[in-house]
Amino acid sequence: MFSEYTKIIKDGLWLNNQAFVALLGLCPLLAVSNTVINSLGLGLATTATLVCSNTIVSLIRNHVPSEVRLPVFVLVIACVVTMIELAMNAWFYGLYKILGIFIPLIVTNCSIIGRAEAFASKHGTDKAFLDGLFMGLGFTFALVLLGSLREIIGSGTLLAKAELMFGAGAKSWQINVIDDYSGMLLAILPPGAFIGLGLLIAMKNVIDNKIKQRKPAVERIPVQVAPEQ
Amino acid sequence: MNETFYKALTSAKILGLFSVLGLGLVALTFHQTQEKISQNERDALLRSLRAVVPESLYNNDIVNDTLQVTDLNKGASKPTTIYRARKNGVPVAAVITAVAPDGYNGNISLLVGIMADGTLSGVRVVSHKETPGLGDNIESDRSDWILSFNGKSLQGLTDKQWAVKRDGGIFDQFTGATITPRAVVNSVKNALRYFQKNNAEIFSIAEQAEE
Repeated sequence: MFSEYTKIIKDGLWLNNQAFVALLGLCPLLAVSNTVINSLGLGLATTATLVCSNTIVSLIRNHVPSEVRLPVFVLVIACVVTMIELAMNAWFYGLYKILGIFIPLIVTNCSIIGRAEAFASKHGTDKAFLDGLFMGLGFTFALVLLGSLREIIGSGTLLAKAELMFGAGAKSWQINVIDDYSGMLLAILPPGAFIGLGLLIAMKNVIDNKIKQRKPAVERIPVQVAPEQ
Repeated sequence: MNETFYKALTSAKILGLFSVLGLGLVALTFHQTQEKISQNERDALLRSLRAVVPESLYNNDIVNDTLQVTDLNKGASKPTTIYRARKNGVPVAAVITAVAPDGYNGNISLLVGIMADGTLSGVRVVSHKETPGLGDNIESDRSDWILSFNGKSLQGLTDKQWAVKRDGGIFDQFTGATITPRAVVNSVKNALRYFQKNNAEIFSIAEQAEE
């Protein structure tokens, strides 16, 4: 039982990371990942959506006939996203202005309907909740990683405009990684997002291979199977 | 046949139920956040208006003392809003929401604050899609370029001087980006011309409206 929960957590954060492995939700991922704060904002909004939609879908999974399953899921997701959008507009106005169209577009993020259909509609509420949370955190992790990479290379800073998310006190959080940096346009523009994501995925594969090699290879005995007559 | 019909009916009912339920929840959230959202928008507008016309100069409700004109930003789908600042009813300044249609990448929205005597009190960029790192130096928190408009007027400079240096004017362009500042300079110049031409109307229509 315990190991099932661990598996959900591992899958969400690493093994089945929605951005690095499933390659879902790339449109918002590539578009807003030019600074850490933008990435964090969209990542957390996506996580909130995933948690809510997974939980609701799991709760209603036995009451919805399979013919109208998908429309109902889409409806649930659209409602959740609209509510999150309104809430962000009310409490994170500056961030909402920057993320703009990408907040309502969370509805079309394939990973959300994907998790609803592939996981939440087949599992209990506790597991669906956990899956939503860690799939979302995995996506946020990918976004923030790509965001920091692009922000450092592109403008030489980290956590610029943190006050949009954490209030006026966070204005001093900005770290100038490289002083007097003139910036590198490529990293800020969309091509930089593609290149950065490619590098990150490659890095993940390298790490995975290293882990695989370190594990002692299981001796395989060739088994001969006689064809059935 | 009958069973299929019954099944379809149940599905339709469930779908309908979820639509109504979802609609209710969204409506509730909207109701809860509506006030805060309009407050946010009002605050943001006030903040940008204060950036172009100092708050100490006027004492009217500038956000609601507006005028809609259609003949300034030609080709725009919506009429242009002009905010008017007054002190004890005497016109102090006007803030024109100008649009530069010829940016490097689409429209650049500006707030142009003009004192009653025709000098600029301040200009700020509200929104733009210019290239990050090059064209976005028109933003006030990226460079001081936009402040170079302060105190300028049509009287102080010749028509030719109202341009970027590349075109023989007095305003700096950016390395690698001339189109963006040129668009902004032209738009500000247009706003000033409009103000000069319609000065009386800009302030007088409001007085009629107030009566």
